Amino acid sequence: MLELATFVVLSVVMLVSAILVITRRNAVHSVIWLIVTLFSVGGIFLLQHAEFLFAVQIILYVGGIMVLFLFVVMLVDIDVSLKQARFARQWPVALLTAVLLLGILGFALYNHAQGLNLPAQPMTSAPAQNTQAVGMALYQNYMLPVEIASVLLLVAMVGAVIMAKRKLQ
Amino acid sequence: MILTEYYIFLGTGLFIIGVIGVLTRRNVLIILMSIELILNAVNINLMAFSQYFKSVDGQVFAIFVITDAAAEAAVGLGLIIAFFRNKETVNADEIDLLKW
Repeated sequence: MLELATFVVLSVVMLVSAILVITRRNAVHSVIWLIVTLFSVGGIFLLQHAEFLFAVQIILYVGGIMVLFLFVVMLVDIDVSLKQARFARQWPVALLTAVLLLGILGFALYNHAQGLNLPAQPMTSAPAQNTQAVGMALYQNYMLPVEIASVLLLVAMVGAVIMAKRKLQ
Repeated sequence: MILTEYYIFLGTGLFIIGVIGVLTRRNVLIILMSIELILNAVNINLMAFSQYFKSVDGQVFAIFVITDAAAEAAVGLGLIIAFFRNKETVNADEIDLLKW
């Protein structure tokens, strides 16, 4: 019961702050609300017994990526964009598309929730060493994907530096 | 007792909000933030099924998704800075250098 209540509170906070992210005029406010959203996603991870992912979410997303966002938002001119229109010209069409997509997804999920065949599994006690299990999987079964991800990060780092450089030699 | 379906519905809601943000906003920074929302919706779903199948694979894939999000944020923000330096704007509908 307490679990369900926590889930409902986290979901409401997450969805409301996500809506605030995409509607605020000031991009700094959007970043702040995005941080609230990411915290509640972290809470959902905790509910799902993914303690390691919770820590990664807080350290990497909230601590790393969001600070990067905040830097760039404050680097580019926010005073000008405060006076401009928030939404693009095509927003009615875009909203219609999104509502249609929501309708299709909701219809499919609602009608086939039984077809998914997900009987409620009894909650076993949480695995004691989540971090150990994730580490074992990462460095045994997923060795090659980890290497590929590290190459991806290297490429992204070089790309970001090249792009932000003032003049290419 | 939280059913797996609830997590899927929550992920769908977050995904749709992200899609609306990507499609309607003009500010490129907000579009990037909406992409982060979409990636988090994916993570919620992965985690739900990881918990359902009592397998750690979903969490491993969520780590890869977070890695991608970090790479995307770095490159995307680098692009925005480079573009702002040249054109003094961050509006998606004014970025039309490739339009003929």
